[in-house]
Amino acid sequence: MATLFVPTPLRRLTGGASKVEVQGDNIGALLQALDQQYPGVNERLLDGDGNVKRFINIFVNDDEIGSLQGLNTPVSDSDKVSIVPAMAGGAIV
Amino acid sequence: MSRLNRDQLVALAKSQIIEWSPQELKQHLDAGEKLTVVDIRERDEFVQGHLPSSTFIPRGHLELQIEQHQQDREAPVVIYCAGGVRSALAARNLQEMGYENVISLIGGFNGWKNAGYDFKIPTVLTEDQRIRYSRHTILSELGEAGQIKLLESKVLLIGAGGLGSPAAIYLAAAGVGTLGIVDFDTVDVSNLQRQILHGNKDVGRPKVESARDRIHDMNPDVKVIGHMEPITSANALDIIKDYDIVLNGSDNFPTRYLVNDACQFLGKPLVDASIFMFEGQVTVYDPNDANSPCYRCLYPDPPPPGEVPSCAEGGVLGVLPGIVGSLQAVEAIKMLAGIGEPLIGRLLMIDTLDMSFRTLKVRKNPECPVCGEHPTVTELIDYEQFCGLPSSVAHPNGQTTERELVLA
Repeated sequence: MATLFVPTPLRRLTGGASKVEVQGDNIGALLQALDQQYPGVNERLLDGDGNVKRFINIFVNDDEIGSLQGLNTPVSDSDKVSIVPAMAGGAIV
Repeated sequence: MSRLNRDQLVALAKSQIIEWSPQELKQHLDAGEKLTVVDIRERDEFVQGHLPSSTFIPRGHLELQIEQHQQDREAPVVIYCAGGVRSALAARNLQEMGYENVISLIGGFNGWKNAGYDFKIPTVLTEDQRIRYSRHTILSELGEAGQIKLLESKVLLIGAGGLGSPAAIYLAAAGVGTLGIVDFDTVDVSNLQRQILHGNKDVGRPKVESARDRIHDMNPDVKVIGHMEPITSANALDIIKDYDIVLNGSDNFPTRYLVNDACQFLGKPLVDASIFMFEGQVTVYDPNDANSPCYRCLYPDPPPPGEVPSCAEGGVLGVLPGIVGSLQAVEAIKMLAGIGEPLIGRLLMIDTLDMSFRTLKVRKNPECPVCGEHPTVTELIDYEQFCGLPSSVAHPNGQTTERELVLA
């Protein structure tokens, strides 16, 4: 299972966990699995059309998925996935 | 071993080395040749004037320091003193180290000057400054030249709050000559948990004033320019244009987009950082680097208002801005002195709870409305409106009320 780094504002939804293990062949599947594990997460990450919101970046290891294959970017067990929201010292996702 | 007197030794040295006249050196320099030119005189001679592109290494340190400036034993190294004698003797010492193309300047600096060629009278540190910044100048990456660059530099801090406090304190201590501070807020007791520019005695005072006092107490070399006004589309370009680098310590999205756009339009590097609870982000946007992204490449749109917990709600560990603001100061100093690799195209994520530092790659967006290939935003806009907030409104008395800018 890939390791997903949870940004501070979403930790309320993950019971405070900063890192969670999630199963999924690609980012889209991984986010669905995450939402089943922690309901409400996807509403914070995805817009009405199912795209990643424009003030949030998702990285697989060091690379932003926009530079890879977006939500179809494959994920393997050893990968680290980071969710990085825009922050402004308090004003955050 | 043969016994030589002074003149015999000099004659022997000159027979073993190459010598150039000032005219020859000038021709080589004018032809654009890459020469390492070293002034080996004493400090008091060097500060009276030296060749424009020379490096100062006094004779006593020559063999010990030359490799820091030229390691290639085949590269030409020109050394000069005042009259061409000391440099002839020193040239032999470099030959002993394997330097194959050591040239001594005939007539030395005096010969150069008398030939009517340009020379430079350097800016030098005062005696007090040499002591104050000695731990900097001993770093070969900085040296006296790097310290002088810092003293001649101007950095603008957006906010004298959580991030701006440690950044300002370290930049001031480091001898950055001019610090501009944009902040129209006054000191509140609840700021003191993290805003180390200010103290108990400052509660109720304008932050730019207590910042100025604290900075001058640390380092009287630093000139502080207070901008006690909100930064807006109307004044941003005017405020930022006189500075070399901007450090962003604001905690609201309209100001972040405004400062980003203004820095892009003016070609000013922006050291951006933000903090929340136990987490921080730091990166550098440099419009002078064709591959550098900007804030809008990373975050094309702001989060809609209401979707975000407020600053007061979320809270922040007081030490966190200390780490993040200090990192901003490091990045500013590196860029001002031209050393190291700036955090361009890399986003440093800091989580103090598990104490992890991760660096993620961020790319320039070719479609970016500000720094992309076909920009659509070419002047400052209404950033409150862009962020979905009510725009600034004009009061009947003509004054403008801005949305309160609460600094981290």
